[in-house]
Amino acid sequence: VTTLAERGSGTRNVPFRQIGLPLVRTDAPGKARGETRYAGDLVMPDMLHAVVVRADRPCARIVEVDARAARRSPGVASVLTAADLPDRLVVTDIPGQTGGKTRNTAQPILAKDRVRFHGEPVALVAAETLEEARDAADRVRVVYGPQPGVFTPEEALAPGAPEVEGEGNVVAAYKIRKGCVDAGFAEADVIVENTYRTQVQEQAFLEPEAGLAWVDDQGVVNIKVSTQVVEHFRAVADAVGLPHNRVHIQAMFVGGGFGGKEGMGIETMLALLALDTRRPVRLVLSREESFVNHGNRHPFTIHHRTGVKRDGRITAMQVRMTADSGAYSKLSPYVLLYATVGAPGPYRVDNLRVDSVVAATNNLPTCAFRGFGTMQACCAYEAQMDEIARVLGLEPLEVRRRNFIKTGDRNATGQVIQSAVWTERCATEALAALGPRTPDSGPVRIGRGLACYQQSYGRIRWFKDSSEAWVGVEIDGTVVVRCAVTDIGAGQSSSLAQIAAEVLGVPMERVTVYFGDAMLNPLAGTSSASRALYMSGNATKLAAEAVRRRLVERAARELGARPEEVDLGDSRAFVSEASGRGIPLDRLVKICAAEGIHRHELAIFRAPTSEGLDPETGQGEVFPDFTYGAHAAEVAVDSETGEVRVLKSVGAHDVGQAINLQAVKGQIEGSALMGQGFALSEVMLYDRGRVLTRSLSEYLVPTAEDVPEIRAIVLESRSGLGPFGAKGVGEPAFAPVAAAIANAVADAIGVRVFDLPITPEKVVRALRTASLRT
Amino acid sequence: MSTRPVSFTVNGRRHAIAAPAHRTLLEALRELGYVEVKCGCEKGDCGACAVLLDGKAVDSCLTLARQADGANVGTVRGLGAGGKDHPLQAAFMETGAVQCGFCIPGMIVAAKALLEEHPDPTDEEMRRGLSGNLCRCTGYTQIFAAIRRAAAVLRAEGGRP
Repeated sequence: VTTLAERGSGTRNVPFRQIGLPLVRTDAPGKARGETRYAGDLVMPDMLHAVVVRADRPCARIVEVDARAARRSPGVASVLTAADLPDRLVVTDIPGQTGGKTRNTAQPILAKDRVRFHGEPVALVAAETLEEARDAADRVRVVYGPQPGVFTPEEALAPGAPEVEGEGNVVAAYKIRKGCVDAGFAEADVIVENTYRTQVQEQAFLEPEAGLAWVDDQGVVNIKVSTQVVEHFRAVADAVGLPHNRVHIQAMFVGGGFGGKEGMGIETMLALLALDTRRPVRLVLSREESFVNHGNRHPFTIHHRTGVKRDGRITAMQVRMTADSGAYSKLSPYVLLYATVGAPGPYRVDNLRVDSVVAATNNLPTCAFRGFGTMQACCAYEAQMDEIARVLGLEPLEVRRRNFIKTGDRNATGQVIQSAVWTERCATEALAALGPRTPDSGPVRIGRGLACYQQSYGRIRWFKDSSEAWVGVEIDGTVVVRCAVTDIGAGQSSSLAQIAAEVLGVPMERVTVYFGDAMLNPLAGTSSASRALYMSGNATKLAAEAVRRRLVERAARELGARPEEVDLGDSRAFVSEASGRGIPLDRLVKICAAEGIHRHELAIFRAPTSEGLDPETGQGEVFPDFTYGAHAAEVAVDSETGEVRVLKSVGAHDVGQAINLQAVKGQIEGSALMGQGFALSEVMLYDRGRVLTRSLSEYLVPTAEDVPEIRAIVLESRSGLGPFGAKGVGEPAFAPVAAAIANAVADAIGVRVFDLPITPEKVVRALRTASLRT
Repeated sequence: MSTRPVSFTVNGRRHAIAAPAHRTLLEALRELGYVEVKCGCEKGDCGACAVLLDGKAVDSCLTLARQADGANVGTVRGLGAGGKDHPLQAAFMETGAVQCGFCIPGMIVAAKALLEEHPDPTDEEMRRGLSGNLCRCTGYTQIFAAIRRAAAVLRAEGGRP
């Protein structure tokens, strides 16, 4: 049994009462009963309805925006164009409280002289009814002039290419120089070289972006919105010209985010309309708009050149990566950094050379999406590991086993891995869980694939990340947690309740978490980068432990015992289970209240920091820590139709310590299907920047009919930096899925599809090409 | 635009509205305050807006309000009885079938209609029954588990689902 003391909490040596159990999440009942209110469900008296007018083409000069007819349209309260917002820009700052700007991240709120992507906002309309707002929006006349564009990174980076933003089209570039690749390649018995491509993926959260804003009697702009990042209030304030303390953002329960609600969304538009009309304004995007409103996943082209010995040991690795940022850089520099650092995967490569670049184009902007560059890197390095295994005639796991990075090794950037690395165990368990191999039948061929990964959790070290939480005990013995963490559906608030309940010895239902409010709660940072539980969980634990210490001390005096003899559990303070000497928590808290003993605590948790990378060598400490694990899949491929069906899908991950086992499994199971979509069916299609996939009947996410047998294996090394040794899991569980499925398809048909997604036509084409060759 | 009077009950409560010809049932329900009926696509692709129309699950975004004239409409909030959660609601919360929750009102309605037709659904029947309801968070695994659990409870109770 793990004890609190063993986990270094400084509290008594008792077994966990609640941590690790699959408890019913605190948010589940309201959602299952249909009582939960999302941002788009809110109404206020006198409320206006907003509509965004968007560019109908990806690249153009704006000659004129004529809003006169729209302004005369019935019911219209406000029409805003770029001309009404002189020099107003919105900056995609590093989201959160850590500040620090990067190059080239300013973006006009409304397109002014140029349109840079299909769907770029051009005007805002607010009217008495949604229908009137839509009618008025149709009357905004935009006159466009020609403007040459670029639609692939190759075009964008070619000499003399039209510039998307007038600053050159290189948004960011990195290099890693570690060891000596030339010597490594000279030492190699075999060199394997391939190019892999990944596509644009859409988050397709079920809740399109929505929000409600109003200006209150203090002149504060209040915005209730569906977002992963309430700290955008600063960027909103800067963009609309208010001091930071006059924008109050509150995140409601979010109907799915996956990174798509991490960048600045509709908040600024709402603020501008509320300020202009001094009335509440609601904006709810349609699904079609949602497809073009948030940044999607960066498509990557990744070239791998790997030198290996006959036994599979890697002697050198050279990687070139090119990604498409679309218009505006948003978080592209960071996505590329994640991919660059993640380029060699969970393998120790002493001779490593990585060159990466992300280019601006006139495609839809790309931004944050679960996996954030690292999963694209995984699609390449894990395909490459299987290609190496094929060339050498070794088992895929065998090649990996020869190269797995271990605790104490240095990773790509020279950072020493501190936590447990259970990749091999995870891979072995995932493969074993596939069970007996399904036999081939007729044209249907069965294949199996494995993929391992290394995925960071927590933000980049030089962001100097921190999270705060406040924990207090009420005089009836109930517990209040206040933390501005956003709850995007993974159980973010519920996990904090579980942690506070564990430390303070109360049932979880006695804890209420007040979350998502950037002004009334202590700031927590973003729900992104698999960091919410890690950061806010630690802050909550620290705060709860401080309260616990005071309660225990006072209880000890009351019970005539030493503080170290007193424990909290079942809403009591007691000397030992057997002695019967104890005091109910509510009585103890009343005593504390009467004596003026502090019953609450505000705590801050600070992540480990560093000062950045050496730009020449790419060496330095980038992330706090990493999660390791593996995914294995069995697929059936119809060699006549090219159709791929996933039969079994198993994720095995060392999550450090599960806080809520049910929630952890939920992340793994959900990842299995989202990764399957990436591997097989999901792709945003453009025609020279024009978006062709703007509905859920054209953009194909897996449905209930596509669900394979999914298994989640949860291993706990208790070595993470999170509360009780937890590691992040939201992105890690997703990272290897598509790569495993792609490897399974290659195993089934004996030939690889190098560009995702693996659609039936690509399978048929690959088989045809292979049969022509033989 | 011409409107016509439309009346229906929602979770047993009677409503009479004046609906323009093109008003969808989804819009009408949300305007009446039944915001548990979610709008995910307005095209019948996602199922978040599913409601029971005289016991059959329909996408309310593809149903005109006037088509519901005289009908009994049921939403997820109307499923429980006597202050008790419906076994489907209880099973969804207990198994971990709920993550972001946005698909859940439609999903539970679809599950209710499924169990009306197939009190002990096969895997195939369950997949087909839910194929019009997208969930992006859970991978459906716990949703299937919840429906099986609720089906067993309902069969044991011997009542209607």
